[in-house]
Amino acid sequence: MDRAETSARIADLIAPFNKKGIAITDTITFAGDLEWDSLTVMDFVAAIEDDFDIIISMNQQAEIETYGQLVDAVTKLRG
Amino acid sequence: MTHTDTATVTTDLFSKFDPLIEQRRALLSTGLTDPFNLVMEKVLSPTRAICNGRETILLGTYNYMGMTFDPDVVAAGKQALDDFGSGTTGSRVLNGTYAGHRAVEDALREFYGMDHAMVFSTGYQANLGIISTMAGKGDYIVLDIDSHASIWDGCKMGDAEVVPFKHNDIDAMEKRLRRIPEGAGKLVILEGVYSMLGDIAPLKEMIAVAKAHGAMVLVDEAHSMGFIGPNGRGVAEDLGVLDDVDFVIGTFSKSVGTVGGFCVSNHPKFEILRLVCRPYVFTASLPPSVVHTAATSIRKLMHAGDKRAHLWENSRTLHAGMRARGFKLGTETPQSAIIAVIMPDLERGAAMWEALLHEGLYVNLARPPATPAGMTLLRCSLCAEHSAEQVQTILGMFERAGKAVGII
Repeated sequence: MDRAETSARIADLIAPFNKKGIAITDTITFAGDLEWDSLTVMDFVAAIEDDFDIIISMNQQAEIETYGQLVDAVTKLRG
Repeated sequence: MTHTDTATVTTDLFSKFDPLIEQRRALLSTGLTDPFNLVMEKVLSPTRAICNGRETILLGTYNYMGMTFDPDVVAAGKQALDDFGSGTTGSRVLNGTYAGHRAVEDALREFYGMDHAMVFSTGYQANLGIISTMAGKGDYIVLDIDSHASIWDGCKMGDAEVVPFKHNDIDAMEKRLRRIPEGAGKLVILEGVYSMLGDIAPLKEMIAVAKAHGAMVLVDEAHSMGFIGPNGRGVAEDLGVLDDVDFVIGTFSKSVGTVGGFCVSNHPKFEILRLVCRPYVFTASLPPSVVHTAATSIRKLMHAGDKRAHLWENSRTLHAGMRARGFKLGTETPQSAIIAVIMPDLERGAAMWEALLHEGLYVNLARPPATPAGMTLLRCSLCAEHSAEQVQTILGMFERAGKAVGII
């Protein structure tokens, strides 16, 4: 799966969590733009992990602030 | 040479606390007593103290088995002060291991029926030390998202990959274990009783899943020791799976009635931890009086079946009585000595806390980030020394305060 495909799939998964209907671009941040609290982050990460069958550890999550960084990380984790 | 004026901007490192400072200011400006600044002027018994000059029933301590005033326990502490002095002034691995430290580790090994016991200066340090030392770079820690701060801090201090799962969700735990790369070391961390809501973990199923995936299992039984299980060894014993637990973490600051932490284990190489575990090595050992009181208390807790039965009775009565009065509780059934009463918000929680204090009752006010899902809780923890009559008095106080504050 290439980056574009991964990005499209993550965009679908984000929809139910994107309560404010923010336009998704590579530069939006989860804490800032989407205003997610830690519980929302946990549920969203679990959704991504289950869909792609990967682990995004807390250590890796700490490095991910933007949507683009998440897509890169998932693309890499999928190998 | 030209002089350049550099405008130096000083960032106050305390700015990050501004939201909390403001929240506290707003809360206290209403004239409310500060719930996080209570002083016990005199402690009369495990269940009664003088607070603000008023006799108060204690329903917010971790003194589950009421050992703090046990005559044998107190006598052992006094004797140790006379025989060994006030402190060890040294690390366990240098000059800080006295006869009492060995004695309390012997008592723990007997209490749990395990080969090894290692005593730390606090329960916090036990989790911090064991977790950070055991799970290193390339290893994976899979843990419940509602784990205690000491567990999270232990994870952060080590270099392992940290993978949380939804609270008590066996399926979510299994999925994460399944995804861990082949050959990586795995540690699953669970708690017997989760202290905020007082709920227990489905340890039988969870430990079976962990073992099926080749993980080692650490269970924090801080809030169950002395009370839950036929011998008071905790939830794992109660559910018949203690033999499958690799490491039990516990504390002396709850049922044992003093301070200190420990890990017990049957792992054949366990003793090496004494040399490599930094929170064990680089701190002073517990004072002699503390380890002697702990050893005496632990040995008495081995034979405390009647007290355990009475504490269960108290827990059931309080849980049923609270429900009957219309309070929203953290668990559907009484599962431990903790009954968490869910408050609608921090303001009314704090008002209710103060109303109870005026009634002569102390409970814990718990709020985020300590609590799950942003909840404000009035956490009631029962003691085996609470009489049946005291529990009824407590219910009456809750009813009056709840009506006055408009929660029921």
